[in-house]
Parts: sequence; structure tokens; C-alpha cells
Amino acid sequence: MIIADRKPIEEIFEMIKEFDKILIVGCKGCVTVCNVGGAKEVDILAAILKIGRKKKQKPLQIDEKTLERQCDLEYIAQIKDTVNKYDAVLSMACGVGLQFLAEAYPNQKFFPAVNTKFFGGATAHGIWEERCAGCGICIVHYFGGLCPIARCSKSLMNGPCGGSAEGKCEIDKNVACIWDLIVRKKMEHERLDDLLDITPAKDWRSAKDGGPRRRECKELIK
Amino acid sequence: MNDMKSGSRLEKVLKAGHFAFTGECGPPKGANVEKLKEKMSPLKKNVDAVNITDNQTAVVRMASLAASAIMVSEGMEPNYQMVCRDRNRLAMMSDILGAYALGIRNMLCLSGDHQKFGNHPEAKNVYDIDSMQLISMVKQMRDKGEFLNGEKIDDPPRLFIGAASNPFADPFEFRIHRLAKKIKAGADFIQTQCIYNMNKFRKFINMAVDMGLTEKCYILAGVTPLKSAGMAKYMASKVPGMDVPDHLIKRLKDAGKGKVAEEGIKISLEQIEEFKQMKGVAGVHLMAIEWEHRVPEIAKRAGMLPRPAV
Repeated sequence: MIIADRKPIEEIFEMIKEFDKILIVGCKGCVTVCNVGGAKEVDILAAILKIGRKKKQKPLQIDEKTLERQCDLEYIAQIKDTVNKYDAVLSMACGVGLQFLAEAYPNQKFFPAVNTKFFGGATAHGIWEERCAGCGICIVHYFGGLCPIARCSKSLMNGPCGGSAEGKCEIDKNVACIWDLIVRKKMEHERLDDLLDITPAKDWRSAKDGGPRRRECKELIK
Repeated sequence: MNDMKSGSRLEKVLKAGHFAFTGECGPPKGANVEKLKEKMSPLKKNVDAVNITDNQTAVVRMASLAASAIMVSEGMEPNYQMVCRDRNRLAMMSDILGAYALGIRNMLCLSGDHQKFGNHPEAKNVYDIDSMQLISMVKQMRDKGEFLNGEKIDDPPRLFIGAASNPFADPFEFRIHRLAKKIKAGADFIQTQCIYNMNKFRKFINMAVDMGLTEKCYILAGVTPLKSAGMAKYMASKVPGMDVPDHLIKRLKDAGKGKVAEEGIKISLEQIEEFKQMKGVAGVHLMAIEWEHRVPEIAKRAGMLPRPAV
């Protein structure tokens, strides 16, 4: 799923300082699962903003709405009658959700209350880690089901580099060296030979480097 | 001469069976050519080739390509370093052609330190290709006369291809295989990471000999004199993939005030002496970091002078 993180509260106050009436829109998708932009977080943010603005003698009126999915035209249509009644809208969805709103309602101003971080999952309660770079052509099966593109700091396809020490990446002791894990897994499975061939240069056209991407499913386009 | 891949001095020295001796020079943090020339001058005639680092530790310096070309104009032989961090394949290939056009004949292909360590940690990292793929690309350009996409090159760059190997990084068991991969990719010579743990290196080079790798490629052992116990401790604890045994740190500490640097040089000289005898080692790569002016003395005391005429 998409992992996000709430922006620092000062930044959010700054974004909305000139407005008196705003709508905060949450999303029940990924950002709810990673505890950043679901109904609960929308509620908490609204409370913080209201209290903060009251202290500054500039009260803020806030309405809340959490959509099933902000990246879905069907669900964002649910706010079509109310969205333009506000001075501005704060989105607590990922960057996709906010843009779907901004495209659907061009006369409204939308501000992100979260920073969209990466594709990942929770590895422990309260800890999320990146697993996929969305590079467009999956090659994890060559590396024991572990992705060197997303998880090696240098995206090395023929690692590990000389900075791998005690299973950790040279950039941070909290970051596992994915190549250490790949090599150890292959050794355990007695399949080290899989890593002896040189992985050739990648075609990055399938990744962001090829320009904004699009998927079409002919069966569905009618 | 016809079987020469590049005709570089380093290649000739190694092919003639001489024990090679290479040095290193980091370009200045500025466009000060005089300073660069001053830094490289102690290396002249004391080593066979000089590595010109490419924004080492991810700190911006004069381009390794430019500094290498200046070195050529000074009548010295550079080993032009290129890292994968800062350039995509287009920039790399054009720089490789430019390097050859400017008279550069040796090239060292590296991944590069992550930009996090440098003075522009905000930078985007490139890593379009990795060091293995870079080696293979330079070989394709030289031997097939093709760009990476298969298009023909008009006058291909004839470079002696180098790569790095760090026997002290983890996982140790895989390090020899990664070396083998680099040789398979096209490395003609290897320069290792600074060696301090001799036991581990002996084990590593024995594996290389057993696997026949030293028959296919020249391995130059990396030596960096320790200037102080502080430097040794820093390298042991802060530099990833560096292995400095405690007994060396103790030896430096015990050397006494004013004698630590000399002790550091003595350690290097003992190492070089052993490397000369060590099966599978074709030379030494001396990385006298910000100590270029001490190279003539080290070269002399190590019995490396005069460098062979080839």
C-alpha cells in the first residue's frame, strides 16, 4: 500500500492561515491502514487546527468527510454539492487522492495535509518500510523475492557494494542491506549460482523515467 | 604490442610481469590548476599510474575527467575514476569517449559512495547502471566498438578497465564471487579496498588464486598508511566496510609522541613487502590520502624505485 506521513502541524497551519472555513477530506484506503489519513486522523487534525486557531483569536470552521477512496471518481463525486462551499480543502489522502479532487473540482483550492512516502507495509506495529519502487517490470524473483531496486540505497542489480557491513547498509544502521539478505537467502537455499551471472542494465522506460505512466485494460474500456 | 588492450603504461607494466605500483590523487575543491599540479607532482615517476578520484565521499571536486586530462598534459598517467552515482549511461558513454580523446587510457569503474556521506546530501542519485554494468559497458565499447544500445562507435575508446574489490565488506563468503563477476564483466585489473586485516586478505587472495581469477586479471593490493591512532580508530568504526584490527591501533598508540606517522608508514612498508611475495598479487595501490607528498619517500623505502621502463 501507499505509506504517508502527516505534515508537521506548523506547515498545515501556515497553508490554511488565510482561510476561515475548510473541509478536511480523509480516505478509507491505504492512509487509513497506515494510520495517517482515515476518519480518526481527520478528526484529530480538525481538533488540533480548531484549538490552535482559537488561541490565535482567528477561529476556523471545519467540516470533515472521509471517502471510501479518494483515488476513485465514483467516491469523490460524493462531495460535489458541498466542496465549493469552503474556502479551501485539506486532503489527508496520498498525492493521488488530492490530485483526483483537484482535477474533479478545478474551482476549489486543495492542500496536502500528508506527505506521500512510498509503497510499503508495516513490519511491526507503528513501523512501515518500503518494499517496491514501482519500476514497472518486476524482477524480484531473480533475487529471492527481495527487491534490490527499491531496497538497495544504490539500486544495485549486482550487489552488494563495499559498504555492506554486518547486514546493514552504509547509509544507516537501521536500514538492512538487501543484498546481504539476498545473498544469505540464496546460500541457505544452495542457489548461489543464481547470483553469479551479471544482471544487465535495466530498461527504465517502464519506470518513471519513461514519462508519466498509464495502464489500459481493453476488456474494461468499452 | 598488438595484444595490448589500451597500451597504457599500467597495462604494459603488468603484462611485462613487473610488480605494479599505483598512487592516488584527489582533485581540489575548486578550479585551482596549480594546486592540482602541486598535489600530483610528488607522484611523478614514483608510481605507474595515478587514480584520479571522482567526487570521492560524494564531495564535489574538480571533475575527474578534467583532472585526468591535466595529468596527461603533465606527462603522467591517470587512472580515471568514474562512479555510477552522478551520471546516467548517456553521460557516462560520452565522458568515456571524451576521456579517450583526451589521452586517458586507464579507467576505474565504481559504484560510488552514497551522496548521504557528502556535502550535497540533498542530491538525487542516479544509479542508472551499477559498477558491474559499467565495467561491461566499457568493455563492449572497447571490444565490440558499440554503444550500450548496439550502435557502432566511430573510433572506439581503448581503455584498460579497472574495478574495485572490498574483501572486508560483508557477506565475506560472497566477496570472491563478486570479484569473479567483475572479471567476467570485463575488468582487466582490480584495486582492492585498503587492507589492514592481513589474515583476512590472505584468505581472500588464496581463494582468488584457487578459482583461477588471478590468471585472468591483475590484482593490486590497496595500502593506506595510517597517519594517527585517531585515523585508525575512525576508519575502524566510521568507514563502512573497513577492517582495522585492534593490534594495529595499539601499535600506533604505543609508538609514542611524534612517532605515530612513522609507525604507520612502517606498517605499510611491511605490508608491501609481503604483497611482493604473495601469490596472486600483481602490485600495490597506494592510497596516501592527503599525503601525496610522502609518496616519494614511501616508494623509495618500499624498494619500488625506479619504476620500470616499458
